Amino acid sequence: MTIVRPQAIERPLIELDQVSRTFKVPDGTITAVDSLSLAIGSSEAICIVGESGCGKTTTGRMLAGILRPTSGRLRYEGQDVWAKKGHELSAFRRAVQLVHQDPYASLNPTRTVFQTLAAPIYRHKKAKGGRDATNRVRHLLEVVGLAPPDDFLVKYPHQLSGGQRQRVAIARALTVDPRVIVADEAVSMVDVSIRISLLNLLLGLRSEMGVSIVLITHDLAVARYFAREGRIGVMYLGRMVELAHSEALVSDPAHPYSAALIAAIPEADPRITRSKDRVELRTAEVPSLLALPAGCAFHPRCPLAEPGLCDVDVPALLPLPGTAGREVACHVAIRERQPAAELLA
Amino acid sequence: MTPILSVRDLSIDYRTRRGPVHAVRDVSFDIAKGETVAVIGESGSGKTTLAISLIRLSPRSAKIVKGQILYTGASGTTDIRTLPEDELRAFRWSECAMVFQAALNSFNPVINIWEQFVDTARAHGMKDPKIVHARAEELLDLVRLDPKRVLRAYPHELSGGTKQRVLIALSLLLKPQLIILDEPTTALDILTQRSIIDLLAQLKTALGFSMIFISHDLSIAAELADRMITMYAGIVVERAAVTDLFYRPRHPYSVGLLRAVPRVSGVIGAVASIPGSPPDLIRLPPGCTYVPRCPLAVAACSEREPDLVPVDTPDHDARCIRWRTVAEQVGTAEVAVVEKIVV
Repeated sequence: MTIVRPQAIERPLIELDQVSRTFKVPDGTITAVDSLSLAIGSSEAICIVGESGCGKTTTGRMLAGILRPTSGRLRYEGQDVWAKKGHELSAFRRAVQLVHQDPYASLNPTRTVFQTLAAPIYRHKKAKGGRDATNRVRHLLEVVGLAPPDDFLVKYPHQLSGGQRQRVAIARALTVDPRVIVADEAVSMVDVSIRISLLNLLLGLRSEMGVSIVLITHDLAVARYFAREGRIGVMYLGRMVELAHSEALVSDPAHPYSAALIAAIPEADPRITRSKDRVELRTAEVPSLLALPAGCAFHPRCPLAEPGLCDVDVPALLPLPGTAGREVACHVAIRERQPAAELLA
Repeated sequence: MTPILSVRDLSIDYRTRRGPVHAVRDVSFDIAKGETVAVIGESGSGKTTLAISLIRLSPRSAKIVKGQILYTGASGTTDIRTLPEDELRAFRWSECAMVFQAALNSFNPVINIWEQFVDTARAHGMKDPKIVHARAEELLDLVRLDPKRVLRAYPHELSGGTKQRVLIALSLLLKPQLIILDEPTTALDILTQRSIIDLLAQLKTALGFSMIFISHDLSIAAELADRMITMYAGIVVERAAVTDLFYRPRHPYSVGLLRAVPRVSGVIGAVASIPGSPPDLIRLPPGCTYVPRCPLAVAACSEREPDLVPVDTPDHDARCIRWRTVAEQVGTAEVAVVEKIVV
């Protein structure tokens, strides 16, 4: 079977190939991410969404090379990252930057904005001398919308708002000229009123500097806005269950779990939100990662589940027949050649 | 009909070393029996300060400097602000219950759920364990939990959604007429959040209590509220029925909040963040405090703080001298603001 992929990722910049990651916990071993593959192209804006415990943060940390997969490969420009050493490895570490969720915790409270941004510039020899470094810091502050920059150079994190801190954290990621930024819930902790401007800032880095951005979020509305020209991947209990173009995913979800999520989201529109069609799940209980059900992990809750099929084999993420570049891990949707949203209607 | 709660000219300051923070200023609103009112605004708008002051749980640094909180129950109307300590304790839980933002940590971790019910009941004079048990079972049934399993469980054994359901059940123990909810679904996953929203809607219909909802999440307000209050920098800037606020807002800040939220259904539309940040509540600027962030501000806006004036209908008030310009921009159609504004 030939796999249809969007053009941008025929030659991926960064790629997870069948990666799994397990963690030892007091009661046993959990598989936080299981056999996940994801190829990301240059200057792509992609979102990974899912509820807590789905493995989205672990996936982001593996992409950023912070967490080593238990099995599978992380490739950057076609080369196995964990086989790299020395200069090659540090080049990868500069190329892929992680922006954390909590701007209150990720900035050193005893350092001014200038000190925070100048340190990596000096360490990675991105400037020739002090004046050049200062100019570079000023430029970065302008790029992230902290203008005029001289107002911010000598500020400490506690003198900044949550949104401003997150902009400093993004500026810090930019000091080393990255090609990929992994932003884990980067807008969740800032006030609703300023989230869009932060998302626009990240999107601007993509269009103006060609940086690929992987936004990890639990909020599908944020994902849709951010990836409106790109793809969204939906994770459930360690697996990618759907990967599709953002508009296709929100208007016609192919996996029953995506369909349930989209139906459940309240909307800031009383008429729409009070008349939304619901997807009734068979149970509200989420299985424990310590005791995942056999077959498809979603089958105990899934309204489309078929005994003898869904509780036996784990469905692979496969192209949905008749669609362009949509992939879904659902036996029923693949067999019926239809998105789950239509099968549930 | 007399409203169950009538807040009149309420002002609250926090004492700080820099001087008093005017967190809530001259806030007035009514809540009718069975009605749900949502208070929206950014962090720092004063909505949480307002909510906790209604049951006098404010921290010591907070001081109600003026106003009344009039509650009308079976025994007549009382001002919560002047209620003696023992009567206040009776008022909390039995007349008015509160479900907090950090709900998931509201339990005593070393006692099981049954003992949490017993503790609360005993503190309010319900001493017969048989009656408490029957009531706990009835309430847990009501929030769709299995009483046999849940009553024996310790808080850490329950998921976030289950804990939130138990807390809602517990808050209903003494049949309160008014429930204050501060960000009740914020820490929950989407599917759990949906089940809590549906549960609150059902309980409200079944039991007929009133609710005050504090949320930065407009979508939950859109689901549950009958009426809306927008707060900015400690004051009420708009008051309207839920459909009027969502489809026909008349204050530029309400418009700004509505445009700041991306959607999953429909067109993406003219979403945009509000520029700038809220003002320093110690040194408030003269005139309308929204001026530095407002796209419609003119010189007259900075001269004096505008009054809350009726717009469109008698039940819809806005504190903006340019509300007619806002009305021209967003019109009257029952369509979300992000779809109507052209950029």
